[in-house]
Amino acid sequence: MIDGVGVYDIVAVATIVFFVGVFGFLTRKNLISLLISIELMLNAVVVNFVAFNKYLYPGRLDGYIFSLFVIAVAAAEVALAIALIIALYRLDNSIEADDMDSLQG
Amino acid sequence: MDLLSMLIFIPVLTVLVLFFVKDMRAVRVVSAVGIGLEALAVIRLTSLYVQARHAGATADFLFTRDVPWFRPLNIHYYVGVDGIAISMLLLTAIVLLAGVFVSWSIEDLTREFYISLIVLGTGVFGFFVSLDLFTMFLFYELAVIPMYLLIGIWGSGRKEFAAMKLTLMLMGASALILVSILGIYFYGGRTFNMEELATTRIPLDAQRFFFPMAFVGFGVLGALFPFHTWSPDGHASAPTAVSMLHAGVLMKLGTYGAFRVAMYLLPVAAREMAPFFMVLAVIGTVYGAFGAIKQRDLKYINAYSSVSHLGLIFLGLLALNRTGYTGAVLQMISHGLMTAVFFALIGMIYGRTHTRDVTRMGGLLKVLPFIGAVYVITGFASLGLPGLSGFVAEMQIFVGAFRNADMYHRVFTVLAVSAIVVTAVYILRVVGMMLMGPLKDPHYQDLPRVYWYERLGGLLVFIPVVLIGVAPLWLTNLIWDSMEPIVRQLSQYMQ
Amino acid sequence: MDFGYTIWIFVLPILSFLAIGLLGTRPALTGRSELLRGRVWGWIGTGAVFGSWLLALVTAYRYFFVLGTPDGHRPVVFGAKWVWMRFSEHLSFDMGILLDPISVMMLVVVTTVSFLVHLYSTGYMAGERGYARFFAFLSLFTVSMLGLVVATNIFQMYFFWELVGVSSYLLIGFYYDKPSAVAAAKKAFIVTRFADLGFLIGILILSYYAGTFDFQTLVSAGGPVLGGPAGRSFMGLSVFGWALGLIFMGGAGKSAMFPLHIWLPDAMEGPTPVSALIHAATMVVAGVYLVARLFPLYHEVDGGAILRLVAWTGGITSLIAALIAMTQEDIKRVLAYSTMSQLGYMMLALGVSGLHGHEGLGYMASMFHLFTHAMFKALLFLGAGSVIHAVHSNLMRDMGGLRKYMPVTHLTFLVACLAISGIPPFSGFFSKDEILAAAFERDKLLFVIEYAVAGITAFYMFRIYFGIFWGRERTYAHTPHESPAVMTIPLVVLAILSVLTGLVPFGEYVTADRTPYHGHINWPLALASIAVGVVGILVAKRFYQRPNDLPARAAEMWGRWYKWTRDKFYIDEIYQFVAHKIMFAGIAAPVAWFDRHVVDGFMRGLGWMTETFSLLIADLQSGRVRQYAFVFMGGLIALVLLVLFVTGLLNG
Repeated sequence: MIDGVGVYDIVAVATIVFFVGVFGFLTRKNLISLLISIELMLNAVVVNFVAFNKYLYPGRLDGYIFSLFVIAVAAAEVALAIALIIALYRLDNSIEADDMDSLQG
Repeated sequence: MDLLSMLIFIPVLTVLVLFFVKDMRAVRVVSAVGIGLEALAVIRLTSLYVQARHAGATADFLFTRDVPWFRPLNIHYYVGVDGIAISMLLLTAIVLLAGVFVSWSIEDLTREFYISLIVLGTGVFGFFVSLDLFTMFLFYELAVIPMYLLIGIWGSGRKEFAAMKLTLMLMGASALILVSILGIYFYGGRTFNMEELATTRIPLDAQRFFFPMAFVGFGVLGALFPFHTWSPDGHASAPTAVSMLHAGVLMKLGTYGAFRVAMYLLPVAAREMAPFFMVLAVIGTVYGAFGAIKQRDLKYINAYSSVSHLGLIFLGLLALNRTGYTGAVLQMISHGLMTAVFFALIGMIYGRTHTRDVTRMGGLLKVLPFIGAVYVITGFASLGLPGLSGFVAEMQIFVGAFRNADMYHRVFTVLAVSAIVVTAVYILRVVGMMLMGPLKDPHYQDLPRVYWYERLGGLLVFIPVVLIGVAPLWLTNLIWDSMEPIVRQLSQYMQ
Repeated sequence: MDFGYTIWIFVLPILSFLAIGLLGTRPALTGRSELLRGRVWGWIGTGAVFGSWLLALVTAYRYFFVLGTPDGHRPVVFGAKWVWMRFSEHLSFDMGILLDPISVMMLVVVTTVSFLVHLYSTGYMAGERGYARFFAFLSLFTVSMLGLVVATNIFQMYFFWELVGVSSYLLIGFYYDKPSAVAAAKKAFIVTRFADLGFLIGILILSYYAGTFDFQTLVSAGGPVLGGPAGRSFMGLSVFGWALGLIFMGGAGKSAMFPLHIWLPDAMEGPTPVSALIHAATMVVAGVYLVARLFPLYHEVDGGAILRLVAWTGGITSLIAALIAMTQEDIKRVLAYSTMSQLGYMMLALGVSGLHGHEGLGYMASMFHLFTHAMFKALLFLGAGSVIHAVHSNLMRDMGGLRKYMPVTHLTFLVACLAISGIPPFSGFFSKDEILAAAFERDKLLFVIEYAVAGITAFYMFRIYFGIFWGRERTYAHTPHESPAVMTIPLVVLAILSVLTGLVPFGEYVTADRTPYHGHINWPLALASIAVGVVGILVAKRFYQRPNDLPARAAEMWGRWYKWTRDKFYIDEIYQFVAHKIMFAGIAAPVAWFDRHVVDGFMRGLGWMTETFSLLIADLQSGRVRQYAFVFMGGLIALVLLVLFVTGLLNG
């Protein structure tokens, strides 16, 4: 536990990071940027997990384990997403998100 | 394994074997052998059943077998047969076997075709032997789904549209059936067992609510007016064997279900609402016949004719007496056979002339004597000529419907009887235009002869038409005896 | 006395039908052998019917002479009876053989004519395509007709009634590549089918209220119809009255009564032996036979109201048919109208009959006329067939002076013409005289009509007689010659029968109450009827024996009337209108349209609505991930705000 830093401060930082991610996801067009934005959001969540675990349920490990899971999943996701992006780049010579609309109804 | 489960197991096994067969010829042989065995099993079952009845077996259903397969909802694999189910099984076996032979010349995706066909057959066999509503519904769906593939892939004309229309309408009907089955389940003491349900009295309000659902739901498959419009398009696009099975057997699932589920389990509502559905039945009878007069496509003519004949089945059911029920079941068999013959012959004619438009044919009797002669005789059966199966069934229905003490029923019976004249008009019109008269197209002079498998397939369904027509007593007795519980059920709550 | 063997009367033709139908029509079987392709099938059919004929004669002998009248009237015997189908615990559809005077008489008539026609056809049809098929159908017809006459119950009768109808259809359409034959066959079937609709409904009503189909029970005095109370009534008639009226509709259709007669003249498209057998001697009398079978009911129910309908239908039919017959060119059509006219006589005779003793004269006369008519009308048709065989035309204008070439045909035809014209001692005289006597006693107006018809009959019969065998000599493509022996022998046999049958003391054997009755000839009436017959013959002789301009002048004089009768009073056109304008254009076409566009339109409409709606919302799914994210975030924020607002947290 860090002195002088309350749970509110950490949650506030996490919220800021999360909304930076949201903002990035909504405004950027480049697929890589979108991916980075998603990572930001995930990391914000991870921070929350850890913080809540530490401050609210100090005796338990659930939050830590979840954050480990999220990190692992995020890593896998990134690997997959980068592979997809490369494949799409080879296909269309573009990684602009708005060009990818072949799944429309 | 007991005989009824064998009936389901044999086609399943045939399908499994087909998965491992590559050669086209072997596919046909395996299918024919499998379905042939199935037919033998059904015949064996019939003789065992008759023996058991002679020996004095009085249970409503014989050869029952009860295995629970989902206890939380009290769903059982519960099978058993009575005379009605037996006669429907005979019909199915004959038509399916004939269908296998008629499809002998299908070349593309032969294996998949036969697999779909036999899966469909499995569903039908399962449906007729089931005494558990849920299991019955399961088999019902199993029979309906392959139809989509069979029409959509091996059909002709606007096959995708027809397959979609048919499947959607039947699925809509399935929804109604499912709801009504669940309704019966919940109001009938949480059981799907038909025998148990028949002994519990379902509250009147529930009956009034669920009877029309069940009757219409099954009625759609039975081409009850005005829910029949899937049938002309569906039949027109379906390949020969599928039309045969569909009109011959699958539509009977509808009428059988309307009888066994809707009327048997919800007798009070059936009695109350019979007058209303009777109107639909009679309209269907007369309207289908008139509809058939103006058609030019052979399959459309036959489809409308089916609407008319199935109207008579409903009329017999709604007569609410034993004669009417017996007539309705006879008509299911008779129409199943007749229409299968018709579709088989239409397939053979189409395969040779490459048209189904009667106005473009003429004089075919001279060049295709076998097809022509069988067509004419079956046409006579269709218009109710004595000595052929149609007469037996129709007379039972008419006498039954007329014996209902209600004047209302009589008036409608008389209206329905008048359809026999209209039927004669459209049958003879087709016979006159297509088979008789001078040969219209010189190309028809050297049409290919009738192959053995076509002849076999056609005769398989044709001969019973004659046999039933000449000697109906054994069949009427078989069905008659099994009407006891149903009559008991429907007269139980009179007044 | 055991009549169980009578079953063989049917089994023989059934066997020949199956043998010829299954084997004879298979080119694969018969193609190689000249014998099998040829006449053997004809001889099988003829042989089988010959067997039936002998058995029928034996049966008649045993029934009428050996069995006799044990208790004052002739008994009803069952040759066989079994349940064919069951309707309910008490109501079953039986098959069987009922022997009583009229059925035994009909057995003789049917087998005799059928045998002779079979024999004749082996010559007439020689070399035709479908020779075996022809004999198969003839056998089928024979079986059906025999089944009809011995029916033990009304449903069995209906059963075979339909079967004779279909045999008639098949035989009229025998030349199935000829469009006119196909059309005629179709017409015959559908018109009679329409009439049978009435028959069937009548059966349903009768069976429901009487609770039985059985003839014996139905007509018995203490039976459900005659013994019980009158029951409910509907529009002035009791239910039984309605039933009988509807059943008579079936009979009227089969017996070509006005206005259901239109199929019979067209039915002449069939081969001539068929016309002789089916459309003259046997099938068309089924309607008369039906009324005779149920005669006690017709007589008793509603005070005989339906019987008066029967009488008038018969009277009107005989008059109309006779008028039309005067002006037709086609000799077979003349004979067809003549048949109609004679059937009208029979119906009328039943209509004016009573039940017992002398009252029952009409019934006896009707059956007598049925019997004699079968012989001489079959003879007329077979003779006409012989002529047609020789000149290859049906039309009178292609014939003339044939007496030199065809002496046997000529003489036998003359005998038949004299018989139908009612000249003694030929058979027609005796039977027709009794009909006139019966009509005279009951209804003077009907008598006058029938008396006139007798004269007209003599006229038109001798019109064609003189037209064919005398008149102008034509130039023939090849000289006509007498037909072969297989064709002339039946002619001679029938000619002999046409003379002799009149001398049978018919009242001894067949009466309404099955009690022998000694009739006598009413000589004043008989002389009057002979006179009118002779006048008719003399007029025809003056007109047609030698070429002259009298016929043309007469036609001129009668102008419109001539045209009306020649065009058959436009009854066909009325039917045509009803069938095409009302049935086809008025009902069938709208139904087809309605089904396509309204009923199916509704179903398709459901599909269309679903599809349109889904297309409408499909644009929401653009495929752009960022757009989804925007909507998602917007939705999320909106939801959060909503929750805050609803829970009041927004306001603190």
